[in-house]
Amino acid sequence: MTEFIQQLFNGLSLGSIYALIALGYTMIYGILRFINFAHGDVFMIGAFSGYYLGIVFAFSTSGGFTSLALAFLILIGAMAICSVLGLVIEKLAYKPLRKSPKLTILITAIGVSLFLEYTGQLVFGADPKSFPTLLENKPIVNLSGAVIGSNPLVVLITAAILMLVLRMIVMKTKIGTAMRAVSFNPTAASLMGININAVISFTFIIGSSLAGAAGILYGLNYPSIDPLMGILPGIKAFVAAVLGGIGNIPGAALGGMIIGIIETFVTGYISPTFRDAIAFGILILILLFKPTGLLGKKEVEKV
Amino acid sequence: MLRVENLTVNYGAINALKGITINVPEKSIITLIGANGAGKTTTLRAISSVVKSAGGSRIYYEDKDITNLPPHKIVEMGLCQVPEGRLIFANLTVKENLDMGAYLRKDKQNLKNDLDFIFNIFPRLKERIKQPGGTLSGGEQQMLAISRALMSKPKLLLLDEPSLGIAPILVRTIFEKIVEINKSLGTTILLVEQNAHFALSVANFGYVLETGNIILEGPAKELEANPEVRKAYLGEA
Ligand SMILES: Nc1ncnc2c1ncn2[C@@H]1O[C@H](COP(=O)(O)OP(=O)(O)OP(=O)(O)O)[C@@H](O)[C@H]1O
Ligand SMILES: [Mg+2]
Repeated sequence: MTEFIQQLFNGLSLGSIYALIALGYTMIYGILRFINFAHGDVFMIGAFSGYYLGIVFAFSTSGGFTSLALAFLILIGAMAICSVLGLVIEKLAYKPLRKSPKLTILITAIGVSLFLEYTGQLVFGADPKSFPTLLENKPIVNLSGAVIGSNPLVVLITAAILMLVLRMIVMKTKIGTAMRAVSFNPTAASLMGININAVISFTFIIGSSLAGAAGILYGLNYPSIDPLMGILPGIKAFVAAVLGGIGNIPGAALGGMIIGIIETFVTGYISPTFRDAIAFGILILILLFKPTGLLGKKEVEKV
Repeated sequence: MLRVENLTVNYGAINALKGITINVPEKSIITLIGANGAGKTTTLRAISSVVKSAGGSRIYYEDKDITNLPPHKIVEMGLCQVPEGRLIFANLTVKENLDMGAYLRKDKQNLKNDLDFIFNIFPRLKERIKQPGGTLSGGEQQMLAISRALMSKPKLLLLDEPSLGIAPILVRTIFEKIVEINKSLGTTILLVEQNAHFALSVANFGYVLETGNIILEGPAKELEANPEVRKAYLGEA
């Protein structure tokens, strides 16, 4: 039982990271109807931003630790760097293709992804680096005797707060309402005076900053980072977004949690060998049995 | 207030508008009537710049050339459209739909008054304020579409077939409201309709569009009396 609780908790913590990445996939899909395959690499850049910001703030990469406030600053810094990156990717790579066939944009996205991965190898070096210990991981023993780490808890709480903030933005602010309007019908939105390009940029800023935050949180839980680290979490988060219903924001959060939990349980109770295969198995199952995902609605083909 | 000169629009090889010229004076109600596929919607879409006008076309609004400006810039200048099929944001509540109409408004302090005006002409909307737009009936959606556009405080309102798919009894109400908006707010109106009878009864001046060309124009009363129009558009044998 205690082991079950520990596993569940670790699954939630991992799932919350997938959820943050999945939100970016789903939001960008909701607005532009395409999968931004470079999104996992934005997550990687988030982790490296944390790594270098950590060095700038002169923390040793082996054991030293810092206060919550500084960790928070580094989180914000990585989010800012990734939002700029997302904005630049959108402007340079995707915007010129706004009227091109979806396939062209999809291939471009794969190109951007490869560009980030190999530029990363060139600039950061291909070897894994150890992520700075922004916070010391202290064991926390809860009532039932299950031991959980303080860092996975921080990860879960931070991700939950970010998701709540996102929900506030999307549901309560004017720009968030405009995002939902554009996602529903871009022509109608532009006839109301909504600047579609501004909304698209905003979506990339938000989505990419969440991926940046995920990069930091990932580094906190799994402190070995490398330029190709975005590939697998990227694919898993993509599956999470499809599982929840692509384009559906609560769906992406739910999908991320489910994938994280299943992955952790499979690793713990069956075999770590299957860890990375799980997401693909889930993808095949959704596509076979519920292509619209858990919370997604059937898209009415626009005429 | 609006002058459309030699407007040409092509969809690939399809030449939907073949150089039409329309004039909309301030405070008037001008109607554009024509059969299915005549190019009425295309005209409005070109004015709002959601389709591209071909070379040689010129659209002037308040003496400024607005041809192919970004759509939101045109709304900003006070020209708003109620599109064909209403295009309500089904996933947004009635209130949020109205907020989107007011997207570019800077005078926040007046929004409350404008909402009151709208709820006064369409009381039904007030009762449904928290409901998703997609759950409204066709007639209610048309009211919402008009109200949403009104929230942008337009000086010129483009209406694309407000009678489409609405019970005849409600059509009369909608047309009365259109006249009321024109009279009490002084909003200039360009009304596109297939329902020529209603359109000509409220308009000052009308244009008849046929396969991309204006084939007739004149004061609404004259068009109503014109034997050709009576035969083709007013269902007279
Ligand atoms: N997106 C498009 N692509 C290709 N052809 C189009 C497109 N939109 C309209 N057309 C064509 O342009 C012509 C004019 O269409 P438009 O929608 O402007 O007609 P309309 O007068 O509004 O008709 P209705 O009364 O049925 O709404 C039609 O022949 C139509 O088939
Ligand atoms: Mg039409």
